[in-house]
Amino acid sequence: MKNKILIILLLFFLSFCFFVLFKSLQSSSIYVPEKEEDRKLSEFVSEDLFTKKKITSSEIFQGSDYYILNIWASWCAPCREEHPQLMELSKNPSIKLIGLNYKDDPKKAKNFLEKLGNPFSITITDKSGIVSIEFGGYGIPETFLINKDKKIIKTFIGNLTDDSVNQINSIIK
Amino acid sequence: MLANHIGHYSLIMGLLTSILIFFLSLKSYKLKIIDKRIFSISFLQLFFVLVSFASLVICFVISDFSNETVFNNSHSNKPILYKISGTWGNHEGSLLLWLLVLVLFLFLFLINSKNELKRYRILTITFQQVIIIGFFLFVLITSNPFNYLFPRPNEGLGLNPILQDPALAIHPPILYVGYVGSSLIFSATLAAVIENYISKDWAKNIKTWILISWIFLTIGIMVGSIWAYYELGWGGFWFWDPVENVSLMPWICLTALLHCVLVLEKRELLKSWTIILSIATFTLSMCGTFLVRSGILNSVHTFANDPSRGLFILCFLFFLITISLIIFFVYNNEKQKNFKKIYFFSKEVSILVNNWFLMYFLSVVFIGTLYPIFLEVLVENKISVGPPFYIKLIVPFLIFFLIFMSIGPNLKWIKETNVKNKIQLIIFFFISLLVSLLIYKNIGETNLINIFLIAASFYLFIVTIRDLFSKESYNFSKKISHFGFSLLILSILLNAILSSEKIINLKVGEKFTFKNEKIFFKSIENNQKENYKSVIGHFTIQDDKNNIFLFKPELRIYDQPLVVTSEADIKTTLLKDKFLVMNAIKGNEYFNVRYQVKPFMIWIWISTLLLAIGGFLSLYKRVHEK
Repeated sequence: MKNKILIILLLFFLSFCFFVLFKSLQSSSIYVPEKEEDRKLSEFVSEDLFTKKKITSSEIFQGSDYYILNIWASWCAPCREEHPQLMELSKNPSIKLIGLNYKDDPKKAKNFLEKLGNPFSITITDKSGIVSIEFGGYGIPETFLINKDKKIIKTFIGNLTDDSVNQINSIIK
Repeated sequence: MLANHIGHYSLIMGLLTSILIFFLSLKSYKLKIIDKRIFSISFLQLFFVLVSFASLVICFVISDFSNETVFNNSHSNKPILYKISGTWGNHEGSLLLWLLVLVLFLFLFLINSKNELKRYRILTITFQQVIIIGFFLFVLITSNPFNYLFPRPNEGLGLNPILQDPALAIHPPILYVGYVGSSLIFSATLAAVIENYISKDWAKNIKTWILISWIFLTIGIMVGSIWAYYELGWGGFWFWDPVENVSLMPWICLTALLHCVLVLEKRELLKSWTIILSIATFTLSMCGTFLVRSGILNSVHTFANDPSRGLFILCFLFFLITISLIIFFVYNNEKQKNFKKIYFFSKEVSILVNNWFLMYFLSVVFIGTLYPIFLEVLVENKISVGPPFYIKLIVPFLIFFLIFMSIGPNLKWIKETNVKNKIQLIIFFFISLLVSLLIYKNIGETNLINIFLIAASFYLFIVTIRDLFSKESYNFSKKISHFGFSLLILSILLNAILSSEKIINLKVGEKFTFKNEKIFFKSIENNQKENYKSVIGHFTIQDDKNNIFLFKPELRIYDQPLVVTSEADIKTTLLKDKFLVMNAIKGNEYFNVRYQVKPFMIWIWISTLLLAIGGFLSLYKRVHEK
């Protein structure tokens, strides 16, 4: 009798596994190291650069129509070059800029923002580089344009140019 | 073109022989005598698959682009070694290799099992043929390597450059022998369950096959991580990537089985547990194939992304699981249980505890790998499980595992009345605690769990070294493997806590300092090679004693297909590796330079080899005893 219950439970469990794996087959994904757009963000937890408080992704992506997430570091030369473009984007009230500080020394990072101006409403840190990988980051600098459904609608690999700022502005309109 | 046709038709012939053997073996089972034709047809089957595989290799070597697989994965400019290894560097070819190993293993089993029960032999053939037929159908229906292209293209698309590496040329075949070996363990176990032959003799015989699988799986995983370390340029060797996990799971299961079958051999205990482990090992290997080949996982290993392939393996996998469960529940009746008294201080109990720990590690890896998939389907929530998850869950238990492993293997079978050298063991423990405290004092961090972890691994290390030189028991293979394992854990841990890295953007002529070393970017050199353009950076590193080392990391720009790979320059010494890699930044004169100092890196490989050598010695002893 005991055996029978065990078998039924096992069969039930097996068919459940089968169903789940079968479902996931239909939404199969390939490894794309390049641009991945139209993708929903995965949840993550990070730390604020200035307040050092833990902050979750749902708290970060809140209260705006569009978000720009920029992966940067003080040691990264092209990040310095794209800074004026980020400053310009920060003037646009319909975008919330988020900085993701990648494998950096917090002191140097703060220094960098003090010197060149801080375009970000939130700067989060990624000391281990894991958040960037989870985000699908390809290199640094990299910029993601995200809409209010938390979907990545555009990815810019490498530093932003005036051209990319125009592209962003035209998408937002 | 000729080779293509020969390959295709011999594959079909192989399937026919398979079906024939299946029916002949069923007939023999009824008549209780082995039909002699099975041997000759098995040989024929091996021959057909071998011909088929060889013709695919020939297609690759002569760059016959009328073959779709060759067209997709090769290029006439490729060096000959990578043309050959390209045969199994893709989905279709690697499945053909898988099939070849399956058939080869069955054939080896046939000629090496003459002294065993007849009906058990026949049933093993039957089950193995079911698996072989499944794979034949899979290859022929969903991933035929001999698809014909007309008109013939002039040039192929090329092999993914990161796969053009000597380590990766041998990684898949070695790993496959390990994976596929577990299929024979599976078939033999099911046959033994039906024939009620789970016994001392069976354990003795099956252990040979377990050892073969285990050795190859160990080396295969090692070669894969060596490749990741050299080629992927992240400076790590294990990333808890789903596909790595998928190869680790059968390994853990097989390791548990390897120990468990000892208890069965010496004491005739743990019968059901041995059966479950054998079934689980093969199921996990199949599960690995499914996850890798269906494209469910995001990984560098995922080459196929055709849902019909995934569906086929999924159905086949569940078919095998269901069959094995039915057989297990119907035939495995432990009514004739002869009750044996078990003492806590005995080898069999310590092996059981080892199995519990291994099962815990296995379930952590299993959940970490599969949970994200389940979650995504059920609640559409994407999460990714990374190293912190595994480290947090595994490390605390690893401490106890290591301590247990230092004591357990020296206990006697049945009952240990007097644990020897108690005082010595306690002294060893305090020495290792002291060493661990000293290490942490030098780094300047304290973390209670880590101190105990290092202490535990030093403890195991000292104890296994003592065992290695003691003359009490002459089981040298066990000593080597256990010593290898302790060295592996120790070097992984020291490597993890003592590594340091610096990432910086540099252009030619700039320098930076890292700890007491000065790194200077002297120049770059451009070369045109056979199938790629190479950009070599010349760096000098000057240490505090004014020794100057030259580092030449390289960027390779392949044109078919257009991919840039970075080759790290690694200077290996017995104590540490220095690892320098550079990446180009688009439209910029700067290069992204990553410099890492990784202590004890080479010991990770050496210790894994020791593990495998221990297994090999044991295998050698077994074969010679016969």
